[in-house]
Amino acid sequence: MTDKTVIIGLEIHCQLNTKTKLFCGCSTDFQGDEPNTHVCPICLGLPGAMPRLNKQAVLYALKVAKALNLTVPEVSEFSRKNYFYPDLPKGYQISQYDKPIAEKGIMEVDDDEGHPKNIRITRIHLEEDPGRLVHKTSRDRAGYSLVDYNRSSIPLIEIVTEPDLRSPKEARRFLNKLRSTLEYLEVFDGEREGSIRVDANISIKGHNRVECKNISSYKGVEKALNFEITRQRNLIRKGQKIVQETRHFQEGRGITTSSRSKEDENDYRYFPEPDLRPLRVSGWVDDIVLPELPDARRERFMTQYGISENHARTITGDLKVANFYESVAEADPAIAATWVADILLGELNYRSMRINDVPTMNIADLIALIRDDTITDKSGVEVLRTMLDHCMGEDVETCEMPADIVTRLGLTKAAGDDFTAVIGEVIAANPDAVADYRAGKNGAINFLVGQVMKATRGRADPKELNIAMAAALKEAEE
Amino acid sequence: MVKEYFFEEADRTNAFITRLDLAMYEETGGPLEGRGIAVKDNISTAGIPTTCASRILAGYVPPYDAHVVTRLREAGAAIVGKTNMDEFGMGTTTENSAYGPTTNPHDASRVPGGSSGGSAAAVGAGMVDMALGSDTGGSIRCPAAFCGIVGLKPTYGRVSRYGLIAFSNSLEQIGPLGKTVTDVNTLMSAIAGPDPRDTTAYDRPYTHTPSGDIAGMKIAVPDEFFGEGVDPAVAESVRTAIGRLEDAGAETLTCSIPSMAYALAAYYVTCMSEASSNLSRFDGVRFGPSVETKRSWHDEFRDHRGALFGKEVQSRIMLGTFALSAGYYGKYYAKAQVARENVRRDFLRIFKDADIIAGPTMPQIAFKLGEKSDPLSMYLADILTVPANLAGVPAISVPCGTVDKMPVGLQLIGRHFEDERVVDAAFAYETGVA
Repeated sequence: MTDKTVIIGLEIHCQLNTKTKLFCGCSTDFQGDEPNTHVCPICLGLPGAMPRLNKQAVLYALKVAKALNLTVPEVSEFSRKNYFYPDLPKGYQISQYDKPIAEKGIMEVDDDEGHPKNIRITRIHLEEDPGRLVHKTSRDRAGYSLVDYNRSSIPLIEIVTEPDLRSPKEARRFLNKLRSTLEYLEVFDGEREGSIRVDANISIKGHNRVECKNISSYKGVEKALNFEITRQRNLIRKGQKIVQETRHFQEGRGITTSSRSKEDENDYRYFPEPDLRPLRVSGWVDDIVLPELPDARRERFMTQYGISENHARTITGDLKVANFYESVAEADPAIAATWVADILLGELNYRSMRINDVPTMNIADLIALIRDDTITDKSGVEVLRTMLDHCMGEDVETCEMPADIVTRLGLTKAAGDDFTAVIGEVIAANPDAVADYRAGKNGAINFLVGQVMKATRGRADPKELNIAMAAALKEAEE
Repeated sequence: MVKEYFFEEADRTNAFITRLDLAMYEETGGPLEGRGIAVKDNISTAGIPTTCASRILAGYVPPYDAHVVTRLREAGAAIVGKTNMDEFGMGTTTENSAYGPTTNPHDASRVPGGSSGGSAAAVGAGMVDMALGSDTGGSIRCPAAFCGIVGLKPTYGRVSRYGLIAFSNSLEQIGPLGKTVTDVNTLMSAIAGPDPRDTTAYDRPYTHTPSGDIAGMKIAVPDEFFGEGVDPAVAESVRTAIGRLEDAGAETLTCSIPSMAYALAAYYVTCMSEASSNLSRFDGVRFGPSVETKRSWHDEFRDHRGALFGKEVQSRIMLGTFALSAGYYGKYYAKAQVARENVRRDFLRIFKDADIIAGPTMPQIAFKLGEKSDPLSMYLADILTVPANLAGVPAISVPCGTVDKMPVGLQLIGRHFEDERVVDAAFAYETGVA
């Protein structure tokens, strides 16, 4: 439900998936590697080391700016954000302050009634990530912390919106669309740990604003905002004042807590980074060619494949799913849309699998089996589940082909009269239902058909079975 | 092939923090092959401790060479040690050192100037012919003048700062000190040139043979360089030197740099602000001596920095932090940048009519040890050197006689990237006198 008195603005930090870090040549691909193995004097902040700007990161930021309709000023500038923290090697973060790389853009999202609305983007700026603290405790030692600088100087963009969002759901839709846009631009890998972090500003109209920090999932944003709205409304109801403050979101507990620690009372003492020259990159924007973005792809899917808007929205909402769909759509776009959007995604999600964990070849095969009426929908689901259960955590190459599963399990669709014997058994075993049917309760036939389906494990088409059952009941009566 | 260089000179001025009795060099066929060179202790040297004369960096051995050090090694130089300095470059006397003061080679009761005092004293005392220093507000030229040697602050961006432990990034440059203009020229050729790791450095290599032909060179002499606070005997000595340049064919004209009224303030606000940020990394987490572990990192950082930074460094960090703070940025840092731009404009204006600006390097001869006990009187001594840093232009100090048996320096300032012309003017003076 949209509530016009809720005012939400977001600050979204996204990791850019460049090959090297923002200010040095260290590789960003450190997942699974030992701590402090992707480091050099620059990202360790050793005395005398100087930053050198990664051109690719600048191009990625400009790509995002162009896609979200921002203006790139002629001159932008890096600034130092000064604060002390054990994970911050230089004692300052190289970021941007009053001259960001891009300003004033727009992204359209649907409001809670399904009407499109524009969310204004205030700015996008480039900055470096600090390192990562690892807290240790053991029985024989007091707690201590270690620092891993592999993440230090990973490029981030911070995208700041105007306070144009009106509900937690709307905020989540905004984030989902932003993520898919970034993925379409190929500047962002949403599957990387910590690839997105959100700070949300939220207030009830006429009252003080609260900043919720430390939200690291899409679901979390909605949760944190819902919690805050309830909390703030309750305070207002009781006639209490909303304290303007920073609150931390506790992902596990789904609540926000006030953080009165010194770290949040910083005066960052921004000033221009003297080791980097001002950026003059507005001229680069014209040369950037944008790929097809989610909205355009959704429209195209609807016209090219004739699929429903809902299916198109679900499928194009994720670049990998959209690509997957296109490579299996050929056999039958409509069946493919139903199977990918309504069945496959749910089955994958249930198994914590990703779309790329299953080969397109196998799904194309499954769709062809359905299209050719070789198996029933019900058998199709069984084949899919069998296949996914089997290839979970396995190499995709070893994934069994649906046609083989059909043969192995004997799931080829049978005509209703192939089950004459089973129908006879079901009729014999359920005299009450048969009596009900004969007494004119037409619904009883569904129960009998269901019994046959159960006994034949869904290999028969229910419609055909219905006809065969009716015929058999009639025959038995005579 | 790697060769040995024995460095056994006695260090009577305490010029070195780290000395290598046996230094190594490569037979590269380079212009510095087999020559011993001293390096200021704020320039990173792989495998050789680099302390910035601060206790907070005690025991720190950089894992990498500064760009200029790589260039020295490629040129065949033997790096014989790391020279004393004011802690992090913050001083004009080399008294603010955790390793004790360096003394002036001409008079052990006097300071060698600073902050590159160790480098200047090592050259002045004849231990080495050449040394590297860094100049943020006069730190090469001042000790060159006080020790009677030649020192060049190159154009900002002419020499890579990669590996120079930053005090004030937007002002400082690494530069050569030497016994003669020729030595300075040779060392400058070795260190200048492009370095992709310093994106403020330009691709402007230095390949120059000094020429004493300065016929027709126009030399501007600013009134402010001979104003209040300048010792008349020093002024006299410098005026005589400028007369010699006229004898050699140069034309002189008078000029004025009104922006100098705000130059010192602009300089100190800028360098303290940048320093307050640059020195934040000295938190005890990754290098330097460790301190007792505290319950909270706030306490640990505070105690570490409080215990190991010297007094002058701490006060500059605090002043710089103040100047950048919310509500004060506009009053201090932003204003300083305006004043700085005015200095630059004054120089550009004068350089429309003149090739060189000449005046004293320092308003006085070398101070007695302990003479400048209050910071403000020490800061005032930088008035003639900071304008070149604020404007980013090249400036050299060349010895021009003595006052009370102590050397006096003639300062020659040139246009951006005309380091060669500055060297020529100094060379003309040096050869004219000789």
